[in-house]
Amino acid sequence: MPMPVYMDYNATAPMRPEAIEAMLSASNVVGNPSSVHRFGRLARRLVEDARDKVAAMAGATAAQVVFTGSGTEANNLAILGSGRPRLLASAVEHDSVLKARGAETVPVDRQGRLDLAALEASLRRDGRPALVAVMLANNETGVIQPVAEAARIAHAHGALLLCDAVQAAGRLPIDLRALGADLLSLSAHKLGGPKGAGALVVADQVPLSALLTGGGQERGRRAGTENLAGIAGFGAAAGLADRGIADQPRLARLRDRLEAGLARLGGDIAVLGRDAARLANTSAIALPGLAAERLVIALDLAGIAVSAGAACSSGKLRPSTVATAMGLDPATAAAAIRISLGWQTADTDIDRFLEAWTPLALKRAHADMKAEPAA
Amino acid sequence: MNANSKPSEAMNSTTDFRGKNAPAEPIYLDYQATTPTDPRVVDAMLPYFTQKFGNPHSRNHAHGWDAEAAVENARRQVASIIKADEREVVFTSGATESNNLAIKGVMRFHKDRRNHMITLVTEHKCVLDSARHLEMEGVDVTYLPVQQNGLVDLAVLKAAITDKTALVSIMAVNNEIGVIQPLAEIGKICRERGVHFHTDAAQAVGKIPLDVNAMNIDLMSISGHKVYGPKGIGALYVRRKPRVRLEALIHGGGQERGLRSGTLPTPLCVGLGEACAIAEREMAAEAERLRYLRDRLLKGISDALPETYVNGDLEQRIPGNLNISFAYVEGEGLMMGIKNLAVSSGSACTSASREPSYVLRALGVEEELAHTSLRFGFGRFTTEQDIDIAVENVVSAVRRLRSMSPLWEMAQEGIDIKSIKWAEH
Amino acid sequence: MTYSAKLIDHYENPRNVGALDKGDPTVGTGLVGAPACGDVMKLQIKVGRDGVIEDAKFKTFGCGSAIASSSLATEWIKGKSIDEAETIKNTDIAQQLSLPPVKIHCSVLAEDAIKAAIRDYREKNGQAAAPAAEAAAR
Repeated sequence: MPMPVYMDYNATAPMRPEAIEAMLSASNVVGNPSSVHRFGRLARRLVEDARDKVAAMAGATAAQVVFTGSGTEANNLAILGSGRPRLLASAVEHDSVLKARGAETVPVDRQGRLDLAALEASLRRDGRPALVAVMLANNETGVIQPVAEAARIAHAHGALLLCDAVQAAGRLPIDLRALGADLLSLSAHKLGGPKGAGALVVADQVPLSALLTGGGQERGRRAGTENLAGIAGFGAAAGLADRGIADQPRLARLRDRLEAGLARLGGDIAVLGRDAARLANTSAIALPGLAAERLVIALDLAGIAVSAGAACSSGKLRPSTVATAMGLDPATAAAAIRISLGWQTADTDIDRFLEAWTPLALKRAHADMKAEPAA
Repeated sequence: MNANSKPSEAMNSTTDFRGKNAPAEPIYLDYQATTPTDPRVVDAMLPYFTQKFGNPHSRNHAHGWDAEAAVENARRQVASIIKADEREVVFTSGATESNNLAIKGVMRFHKDRRNHMITLVTEHKCVLDSARHLEMEGVDVTYLPVQQNGLVDLAVLKAAITDKTALVSIMAVNNEIGVIQPLAEIGKICRERGVHFHTDAAQAVGKIPLDVNAMNIDLMSISGHKVYGPKGIGALYVRRKPRVRLEALIHGGGQERGLRSGTLPTPLCVGLGEACAIAEREMAAEAERLRYLRDRLLKGISDALPETYVNGDLEQRIPGNLNISFAYVEGEGLMMGIKNLAVSSGSACTSASREPSYVLRALGVEEELAHTSLRFGFGRFTTEQDIDIAVENVVSAVRRLRSMSPLWEMAQEGIDIKSIKWAEH
Repeated sequence: MTYSAKLIDHYENPRNVGALDKGDPTVGTGLVGAPACGDVMKLQIKVGRDGVIEDAKFKTFGCGSAIASSSLATEWIKGKSIDEAETIKNTDIAQQLSLPPVKIHCSVLAEDAIKAAIRDYREKNGQAAAPAAEAAAR
């Protein structure tokens, strides 16, 4: 079998060598960052260096960065720790937002963009203090949300804004203040850092109570001995965010080649969010009538890794809630797969994908023809 | 070391934690704060940083399967060291999260019917803090005292359990004084009364044999970086039969059977698994070696220095811990005098504050003596030479500081320090 | 927490460790702090007929900053008149040793120890505190 092609960067990205190196050398640092002796101080310095880099990536100050165990935890901490009685979330948010507690959803349009008028109406209708959650870029479609506008509306109604920037980090420039976000969540392993490290950026003056309590680490906002190697790897990956951002035009070219190639191979390919501003690396496509699950398995047999829907919930495959929220018909929603590219993706990978796709598209066309007389 | 694995180049460039007799490289004697990662653990983790980087929850391509298989193997290794079933192991970000999840999770689930829990005053901060948070949510918490040796009085525990008690949370091994609580006896009491028994075993796993069934333990918190594994990973054992029900703390993708959402860090899970497997194999021999080192350290110190006191029971104790009060010498000042040794005075989390250790106070150690205590934690990579250097350094520093201590002077003159009216400041 | 070179020097090579005869009428002894709080300083001065501090000794139970603060205090007061010594402020000591914020109390204790020793000397010799110095100290 030829070398497998990995096109599932939005599930997790291969680690950057710099991040691996940072983790390995941190793995050999003995101390607990809370200890006052030399070993502890060395460990503390690693954590604080990483904090500086993560802060710089997010346009924040180091004191605003709270390290967590994952992006999921960062979202949970923001939502449960903000103490707001009401959670208003875009309908395409990640499960770690939608399931953190009961959420009221705000619809998106057919391109997957948040309906700002609906957000405003919802805030006006119910005066309780709210937290509004709007992701910067969607994990399934890559569609970029109007976060700054949502923040202005939220603030006008006394609400706080949480921006889930997990998929955007390392792909788009992030500036906490320009976005107007009060809380912003990040995950290391989506940008070439390790799994097991995330962060919540908390703007000044935003009160936050801890989810995990104990030794008072992270200024009392997240107890637990710091994941030294994970945080060091996170810092190294965050330090390379600019390199990731600079790589986007190349990825956009690859992605466009892929989408154009698929269109040429026929079938009524739907590209989700095609007309919206999207991340350059993400393409959510559907070939109606060909179930996503079969497509993913067929591609895997050809050595290509993509995913159907979000990769989260332990493999259970269901129609993408994002596609459904975008108002796609059930057949298209059930057929949506996600192709996501990254720093190791090369032109030859696109060739391989198109090669593998050809028989699938043909088979589909054949099935259509056979089905025609009966219809 | 595994001959097939490539030791990383990065490893060679970093400091050797074993410590040598050179002032530039202090000897690490703070194994209860954190243990060095075993190089074999790092080797096991390496492939999962690079070529095997898949998301273990991506069930529909090969990258994900590799990662999932590795995580499940690690889960079996963790289960094995505590004699549990692998389906009973939930990975978390560390023992702090495990303790939060166990305590808040069980109490929030049960508090409508049974809103009482019992814990010890000497528990780790994260257990006590979780309990305090629950108090604010209306849970009744009983904080049991300990005896002078640091152990819970079983009769007192029995008497504290009521019909409303849902949970008893008692640590397996104390982080400051290393004493081992009578887990089997506590488990038996809890089972008889139908109360869930949670134990924070962060300091116990890999140090003493644990058996969740024989000990009737319902929930157990495990830490990676206290068992020569990586930081940022831990586990919570949750009994299936009879099933323990609890509320999740972190919600989302529904990983870990809904008990703990978030992408699992494959390399860290593998690291924790490997660390447990190594500990399970080597625990008995290691304990024997450490006991020898412990006795050597204690004898070296107490033969040379009068008025030193071991805090906590010396028998019911893991062999890698000694907590000693050096009367008339303040602990932080002493630490500065032995800067060739990395030890801690009090717990790592509180050593920046001026309060004497609450654990020592709970044993009835007087405040002035509590201020003079140091914790020596040693383990897998500590050598006999390290111990000998430690003894030499500690003895000379204590002698020097006593010669300049006004309290030592008074004691030599026969003046009772308690007879003096000290000003509070 | 990192310590200044000056502080470490005073901790490792403390000046004037020792004791003077408490019974000597020219010796004043100050004992401040409390064992339960983790620091106790004993500072003694021997005062000449001209009111100048001829010798000073200390013993301290406490952290490195406390030891260094008392060492520095004895060094400073030797050769000064008791009135001059009384004007030494904790902030001078803290600054000289670059004490971190959590250790400022050590310099306060050293200032207290100087004052207590002077007070003891004056009481022994039937002198009232110099009103000006007392006011300055408040």
